[in-house]
Amino acid sequence: MSGCAISGILNRKGHRFDGSDIIKSIALMHERSNGMGGGFAAYGIYPRHKDEYAFHMFYDDLEAKEDVEYFLNRHFSVSASEEIPTRKTKNITNAPIIWRYFVKPDIQKLRTSELNTDEYVVRCVMRINDEIQGAFVVSSGKNMGVFKGVGYPEDIGEFYRLDEYKAYLWTAHGRFPTNTPGWWGGAHPFTLLDWSIVHNGEISSYGANQRYIEMFGYKCTMMTDTEVITYLFDLLLRKHKLPLEIAVKALAAPLWDEIEKMDDKEQKLLKAVRLIYGNALLNGPFSIILGHKNGFLALNDRIKLRPLVVAEDQERIFVASEESAIREICPQPDTVWTPRGGEPVIALMEGGDEE
Amino acid sequence: MVELDASGIHYRELNNNIKELIKKGHDKIKLVNVNGQRYIGSGFEGPVKINIEGTAGNDMAAFASGVEISVYGNVQDGIGNTMGEGVITVHGQAGDILGYAMRGGSIYIRDNVGYRVGIHMKGYRDKQPVIVVGGKAGDFLGEYMAGGYLVVLGLTGRPGEPIVGNHVGVGMHGGVMYIRGEVDGNQLGPEIDVSEIDESDRTRLVEILTPYCRRFKLNLNEILEGRFTRLKPFSSRPYGKLYAY
Repeated sequence: MSGCAISGILNRKGHRFDGSDIIKSIALMHERSNGMGGGFAAYGIYPRHKDEYAFHMFYDDLEAKEDVEYFLNRHFSVSASEEIPTRKTKNITNAPIIWRYFVKPDIQKLRTSELNTDEYVVRCVMRINDEIQGAFVVSSGKNMGVFKGVGYPEDIGEFYRLDEYKAYLWTAHGRFPTNTPGWWGGAHPFTLLDWSIVHNGEISSYGANQRYIEMFGYKCTMMTDTEVITYLFDLLLRKHKLPLEIAVKALAAPLWDEIEKMDDKEQKLLKAVRLIYGNALLNGPFSIILGHKNGFLALNDRIKLRPLVVAEDQERIFVASEESAIREICPQPDTVWTPRGGEPVIALMEGGDEE
Repeated sequence: MVELDASGIHYRELNNNIKELIKKGHDKIKLVNVNGQRYIGSGFEGPVKINIEGTAGNDMAAFASGVEISVYGNVQDGIGNTMGEGVITVHGQAGDILGYAMRGGSIYIRDNVGYRVGIHMKGYRDKQPVIVVGGKAGDFLGEYMAGGYLVVLGLTGRPGEPIVGNHVGVGMHGGVMYIRGEVDGNQLGPEIDVSEIDESDRTRLVEILTPYCRRFKLNLNEILEGRFTRLKPFSSRPYGKLYAY
């Protein structure tokens, strides 16, 4: 037994495909989960609303829903509000109220806030999670959405009818919680805007990371370590505009003795990154997939204490905790390889598919 | 050779089916369409031969003693975990912690292997486990190694990448590694003594590599022409005095 499974599929040409492949892939690693959490992120699923932020919400009760709808109507113009369709599924019980909204920031409010649109949305997400009892933002990106809950991932996929959505990028998670509770909001992926994280492992540096990220206005409300990774990427990539390659060096920094072996220029850069972003360093064992609108980044901790396999065929790039999870949906990929500890795998789209 | 189709079969059922066949007296079993099923052959006692077509799942041959398994494909993590006896041959690559705490028998991998291969493998008198890797190895090769032989040939793998990764033999206190090529001092753990091979090493390498080359149809002499580096711990008990004031 080994905790947690992750899997991801990107169609680099931007061709969209339904959720059955990603479900098959994550289901193959059934033994890595224990039924206490499963989830999926899907990119490209809302082409008709692609310019609006899609808010996926969990509510404990109707009061929370009313409070959030009041909040949303004050801060956004809401073009659609609907229940996320689910089907009755054996093994999936105690689901919260699951709703989605397509929204754009209210022009007047946005202007007086003097924030850019993304930052405005981030602040609203933090306020809902922090201030409205029983309400949780599951995802808040454009043309993407997260579907998660308590159960095995294959049952969660069935529950959310993922065979009815088409995405160019899917990521998935099967959870085996060890340190934190298994609850609907605590399932992976964790998201902010269009960043989503699935994670196998644990963050030993969580306390330091949390204190650091809260200085920038992020609030950790999901009772799990993984959440902090999402916010760190948002901070480094969106706010500080670091290139992906450098952000990776902050989070999975090479060991000091390895930096000593590098040439002068590289040493200087990496020492600077470690000094400035020391508190963003993720210590502990992990493999993660960061999904975003252009593709994904897969990354191991620097001494590779969790598994990660990558494969490619003509149009697709796959990543998973186990090779067999890739072969289940692509029996003969062109290449199969295992990235080294701290070596990022950056998979990007060549073009978008707009239907 | 009796054949089992593993497609869509859960590992528990698959292993039970194999055990049934062994009970009925079959000693040669072929598994086709294997994809990720765990624990194949785990805890089995020989003599039995299992041929696998596909990708074998985690902990294959864990705690096995005397099983002979040939895989035509890749294997995942934890293969040969605490294996006591037997022969594993993989016509492909292997994942992390291959041969974890292995105590006897041989593991032959044609291509690359992942991180922490041979971690804490151990030997006792004539019972010395052997791992031979045809390609390259990831970091922490032979971590805490306490006995046996680990050989890395570097015949396949990404060009330009070093034959072994960083932190080789960290905590090593027994056994020997033979690396076919140069190993930079700063790739090694502090406990490691690096030297060229001598005649007795050469004899041992011939012994170890003869069955390996036969399996993968490789030319033994060509392989032996390469320059081998021997890695051994300076001391067999580096921490022997840790608690002796």
